[in-house]
Amino acid sequence: MFRRTQSRRAQFGGRPVFWARMVQSALLCVIAIAMLGAGRSPYERVGHELMCACGCSAVLLDCNHLGCPDRERMENELHAHLAAGESETAVLHWFAAKYGATVLAAPIRGGFDDVAWIVPIAVFLLATVGTFAVVWMWKRRALSLARASAGIAAGGGVGEFPEAGQAAPEEAAMRERIRRETEY
Amino acid sequence: MISHPMPEFGSFCLLLALILTVYNFAVGGLALWGASPAGLRITGRPEAVWNRLGETARRAGIASFAALCCAAFALVWAAFTDDFSVEYIRAHSNIALNPAYKFAALWSGQEGSLLLWAWMLSAYGFVLRIRHRVDVRLTAFASVIMAAIQTFFLLLLTIAAPPFSIAPGPIAADGAGLNPLLQYPEMVIHPPMLYLGYVGFSVPFAFALGALMMRYPGEKWIHITRRWTMVTWLFLTCGIFMGAHWAYSVLGWGGYWGWDPVENASLMPWLTGTAFLHSVMMQEKRGMMKNWNVWLIFCTFMLTILGTLLTRSGAVSSVHAFAQSAIGAWFYTFICIVFAVCLFTFFLQRDHLKSENKLESLVSRESSFLFNNMILLAACFTVLWGTLFPVLSEYVQGSKVTVGAPFYNRVNIPIGLFLLFLTGIGPLLAWRSTSLRSIRRNFILPSIAMAVAAIALMIGGVRPWNDGDEMQSTLFSLVAFTLAAGVVTAISEEFLRGANVVRTQTGRNLLSSIVLLTRRNTRRYGGYIIHFGIVVMFIGIAGGAFNQSREMEMGYGDTLSIGPYRLVCQSITQDSKPEYDTDYALLDVYKYDKKVTQLAPEKRTYFAGTDHEQSSTIVALHSTAEADVYTVFEGKSPDTGRPIIKVFLNPLIAWIWIGVMIVVAGTFVALVPNLVRQPVRQRQEDLAPVSGPGLGAAGVLAKVPHV
Repeated sequence: MFRRTQSRRAQFGGRPVFWARMVQSALLCVIAIAMLGAGRSPYERVGHELMCACGCSAVLLDCNHLGCPDRERMENELHAHLAAGESETAVLHWFAAKYGATVLAAPIRGGFDDVAWIVPIAVFLLATVGTFAVVWMWKRRALSLARASAGIAAGGGVGEFPEAGQAAPEEAAMRERIRRETEY
Repeated sequence: MISHPMPEFGSFCLLLALILTVYNFAVGGLALWGASPAGLRITGRPEAVWNRLGETARRAGIASFAALCCAAFALVWAAFTDDFSVEYIRAHSNIALNPAYKFAALWSGQEGSLLLWAWMLSAYGFVLRIRHRVDVRLTAFASVIMAAIQTFFLLLLTIAAPPFSIAPGPIAADGAGLNPLLQYPEMVIHPPMLYLGYVGFSVPFAFALGALMMRYPGEKWIHITRRWTMVTWLFLTCGIFMGAHWAYSVLGWGGYWGWDPVENASLMPWLTGTAFLHSVMMQEKRGMMKNWNVWLIFCTFMLTILGTLLTRSGAVSSVHAFAQSAIGAWFYTFICIVFAVCLFTFFLQRDHLKSENKLESLVSRESSFLFNNMILLAACFTVLWGTLFPVLSEYVQGSKVTVGAPFYNRVNIPIGLFLLFLTGIGPLLAWRSTSLRSIRRNFILPSIAMAVAAIALMIGGVRPWNDGDEMQSTLFSLVAFTLAAGVVTAISEEFLRGANVVRTQTGRNLLSSIVLLTRRNTRRYGGYIIHFGIVVMFIGIAGGAFNQSREMEMGYGDTLSIGPYRLVCQSITQDSKPEYDTDYALLDVYKYDKKVTQLAPEKRTYFAGTDHEQSSTIVALHSTAEADVYTVFEGKSPDTGRPIIKVFLNPLIAWIWIGVMIVVAGTFVALVPNLVRQPVRQRQEDLAPVSGPGLGAAGVLAKVPHV
């Protein structure tokens, strides 16, 4: 047994070598990620902002069904417009004018389209502020209740106002078990 | 007159199931009313009479499961025996179809999948009714609510979408066959998994609504449904990610999630279900958030129905067009009824849902749960908004717009990162209030890990400010990797800290201590494992910022380079099978001049049993932890006849699937009951009087784990 452990240690080079290998692997992973981080070309970017007009519900550059009647033509148009030096926004608007608004993979024409972007952000911000407000209000209410009950206790009124949450013994036991299970 | 014994048997079983379910609903409901104080007062009959009546309703519910089993069997039998007199089988199967896919034909179309839904619902109901002794009255309420849901689906099956309709005219010699995209092993498992998830949420919904209706005291209903909810959530998680893996492996566009309305439909109940699983702990532990939890589970159930509505009504355009039909009106009506019942019951009984405790500190576990819920619901709202915006736009502007991946990615990524952040800090906060000292102690190591990771990544080249137009995606990836490092450190710290205590108590080694620690508190440590899996998945998703792709016509000996990989075309071959013709290319894959594998992407053209040819892409991929080399045979160039090969280099994508497996493992751990600590018999010397203060071990039971 001892010999086996020893030979394993020799095989893997012991603890320091193990950690060195771990660090080496982590660094390799970081470098690999960095090496893979090449930016996409304007063609790829715009091509992923457009839908194929054939009705397959796929993004233009991801449409790969056999005999698609539109993809090649649209890709050539995209190449031509980008080669002519047009901005990405102008190219997108050109496609929307030619094929209709559904050719854009996201609503970007302004006007009511902006509502699509504004509403989720507004809801998210409102929810964040709302959650903070709720927490703050609850905290204040808890404090004022604690003060009030302390005042009652000082005035000898304990027992007149039972806690809302007084639980049955069975429930109290379950709560205690859950407390053990979830308590930090 | 031609006889069709099996379809007739199936139709009879469906009708029988409907009658039994209606009986369960109507008589069960009547029995519950009769046994209530008001019912007893009005009718004057003893409670035992109503209880006996309720028992007959329960048994009818159990029998409906048997009837639906027979109906499902009849349809599968028809598929296996190639009974093309059944319209559904004619439209979704053919003689040459692989038997596994004949079985899958049960859920490959509208009527079959609705039958599967009803069958699963009755199976869940069966288990619920068999286990009624856990709480007879609450289960009776839940059983009646389940029966009401089942009645809807059975009405749908018998009136609007009958699966046993007889095909008009002479019996066809062969069927139209199964959609080639569905002829993939995962499609045999993915839809039932997803349906188990969708349908399963009916159970906690039924218990929650039942508990509210009967003003059930305390939180026992949550305790009863905890395992149901977790199992359902697990099924839904597996279903969603199997679908993602299927899309990745079959559709051939290099991605796994296209934000299609049907994909969104499965994600929404998952998000609210996840929020419910978290916030329900606050109710269990502190009697808080009762209103919130009730509405979370109501919404989760309604979202599962909404998902089905979106899949089948054609309200929004989707690539899952094979299941569209005109049964939307049924689902709209059902959702409206469910919402009305939930709202009415809530307002009637809202005084029963008063919180027993209030939140005491902003920096506490409770507030982290609140923010977690807020984030999950914000993500759910974004998905719902994006899914329905085309309909709204058409109503307001008169023209439809597309809301695709660019919208969801831009809006949901920051929300996802916030969620990742909370995944890390939530478990480090204490219930009620967290002291400054505790914050310092718990957060110092994760903060260091995050700083080290961020610096290492930037040194390694992940520099958003250098990436021009790609700055945003690189920045998000940097933040995701950094947060992931922090969360993993926080989780590891939790395990190590607990394991050290166990090690000190028991003298075990570290690994054994971690195992024992987890077994002692499976719910908590299972939860940490799930969080770890989610982090691993986030790492995989963040890798998407570095995807690359190339496409070229390839002849014999041609080379295509992408990242560190080089692909050399060795041959282009054609083959014929009974069901399809196939073209494929053999590509040798080299990494830095070393051959690592050979890939054979295919393009299949199916003709067997179909009126027209259908093509399908068979992706070939080489998957490693670092990156996937993903090759697609796109077709042949009309000019040169040479194959067009598209290659994607997708970094870290395997981490997503590994993460899902960790999540599954964590959920299983959380489902296992805790190891019971049993007191060992005291030794005589422990009981003997001891001299000196502070050594009073006598009389104290030494609690060591029983292994």
